[in-house]
Amino acid sequence: MNNLLTRATPYLQATPLTLILGFFLALPILLLVLVSFWDYDFAGMYPGFFTFNYAETLGSWVTWRTYGNTLKFAFLVWAITAFLGFWVAYFLAFHIRTTAMQMVLFLVCTVPFLTSNIIRMISWIPVLGRNGLVNSTLVSAGVIDQPIEWLLYSDFAVVLAMVHLYTLFMVTPIFNTMMRIDRALVEAARDAGAKNWQIIWHVILPLAKPGIAIGTIFVVTLVMADFSTVQVMSGGQSASVALMMRNQMSLLQYPAAAANAVVLLVVVLVMVAGILRIVDIRKEL
Amino acid sequence: MSEKRSLGFYVLAVFFILFVLFLYGPLSAVFILSFQGPSGGLTFPLNGVSLHWFFNLFERQAVGDFGASFGRSFALGLMVMAVTVLVSLLAGLAFRRRFFGATPLFYLTVASLVVPSIIVSLGIGVLYQQIGIRPAWFSSAFGAHLTWTLPFGVLIMFAVFNRFSPTYEEAARDLGASSWQTFAHVVLPMIAPSLIGVGLFGFTLSYDEFARSLMTSGSANTLPLEIYGMTTNVTTPVLYALGTVTTLFSFLVILGTIGLIQLLQRRRVRS
Repeated sequence: MNNLLTRATPYLQATPLTLILGFFLALPILLLVLVSFWDYDFAGMYPGFFTFNYAETLGSWVTWRTYGNTLKFAFLVWAITAFLGFWVAYFLAFHIRTTAMQMVLFLVCTVPFLTSNIIRMISWIPVLGRNGLVNSTLVSAGVIDQPIEWLLYSDFAVVLAMVHLYTLFMVTPIFNTMMRIDRALVEAARDAGAKNWQIIWHVILPLAKPGIAIGTIFVVTLVMADFSTVQVMSGGQSASVALMMRNQMSLLQYPAAAANAVVLLVVVLVMVAGILRIVDIRKEL
Repeated sequence: MSEKRSLGFYVLAVFFILFVLFLYGPLSAVFILSFQGPSGGLTFPLNGVSLHWFFNLFERQAVGDFGASFGRSFALGLMVMAVTVLVSLLAGLAFRRRFFGATPLFYLTVASLVVPSIIVSLGIGVLYQQIGIRPAWFSSAFGAHLTWTLPFGVLIMFAVFNRFSPTYEEAARDLGASSWQTFAHVVLPMIAPSLIGVGLFGFTLSYDEFARSLMTSGSANTLPLEIYGMTTNVTTPVLYALGTVTTLFSFLVILGTIGLIQLLQRRRVRS
């Protein structure tokens, strides 16, 4: 009896997680796959098996352009956050000497990320706007005569806000892997005559790759799923896949949105699977 | 260890300071502008200093129902926090042993992290519509938020137990402790700070969640939905006042949690 209970324990412990993710993640996604083949009009949805939602989505040049735009954002934000994340993590892990100071500085980086994304997004408006801080400073300093128009409500603003929102998701995993790099390796490289940049390039960067990979998964999936930043920061002038879905949802075109969701999900999962080939996350935790 | 700082250190230190300024700069602009005078606008300069927009925030008609949506977000955050801590802890314990289906469950958890939030939102919205239940913040939005907080919680517990030496438990068992006593008196006190961290994640991620609430919170708005609505309708600094209030609230929650973790660790060291 006792033995049976011991054997059943992990199953009992895993049950709540399985039930919650089953009902609120797996089931809704399966339903979306199903609904994406349904017909619809302004009054409701009609079960069936039609492929025109996909034909409309994949056959439209708007979709392809939107995907192009979203991938462009994903690439730019990834490149910038990877650069920032690597150097911030490197500074914290290898240049700060006491653990207490490392933790304090890391917390300083973390705190803004625990506050509202939307507030952090709109906080750029008084900075970048036509009469914002940057423009008024530049004008009064005589650097420019006219306020720069493209600071806010542009692709530049979208990328800037996304970098601001998502960099921590890159810093944290890289910092985590860097903290576990054996310091003896760095010493050995130095004793063997390696210069600082050689140590970074040949020792630290390769060992930090798993962290970069995990950060990449976070940043890429967050950008691919983003619609609010694109909507607010581009002032409605730019598009993303999720924003396209959001518009279909507000028009109650759920099967069309579902088809879009399935395509987006496949794209994201393929990207993540590609990154997971580089790194085994179970080992990295 | 007291070798001289290299040039690289100073370059990186400046880089780091600029990064921190980049993180906090815009937030402080919102903070300052929320004290805008009654005739001031959305940008600098300040037209006098006042608390006008904070009072404006608490007048119900002016900006929609801020108080009620805050109440809902707060309650939802607490619910999500409690469930995230409990379920993550249980799952973390389960993953310490081999069981059938462990790998698929692990990948389902990771999937929960990478599936775009708007897809979760749409999926749950359509699911509730098909079952014929009205979505509400305490049911469908609650579930939607859990799909975001649970993977963080489970992965943190996974990492904690990966580093957790079983020798403590073996020692307790050798001294005659039952498995429940071992858990309650040995394991739990050791992982308590991590659990509090998981709770903080659960609360703040839920409190700030926007996309997952979109299709799932029914007719009553949560705070982020309310704020998002304001970004398109409101053109006065009341928006910044709201930003300041919610950000200060988040700061309080974070500071309180860190204080609690410190307190627990100090107690453990003493005993």
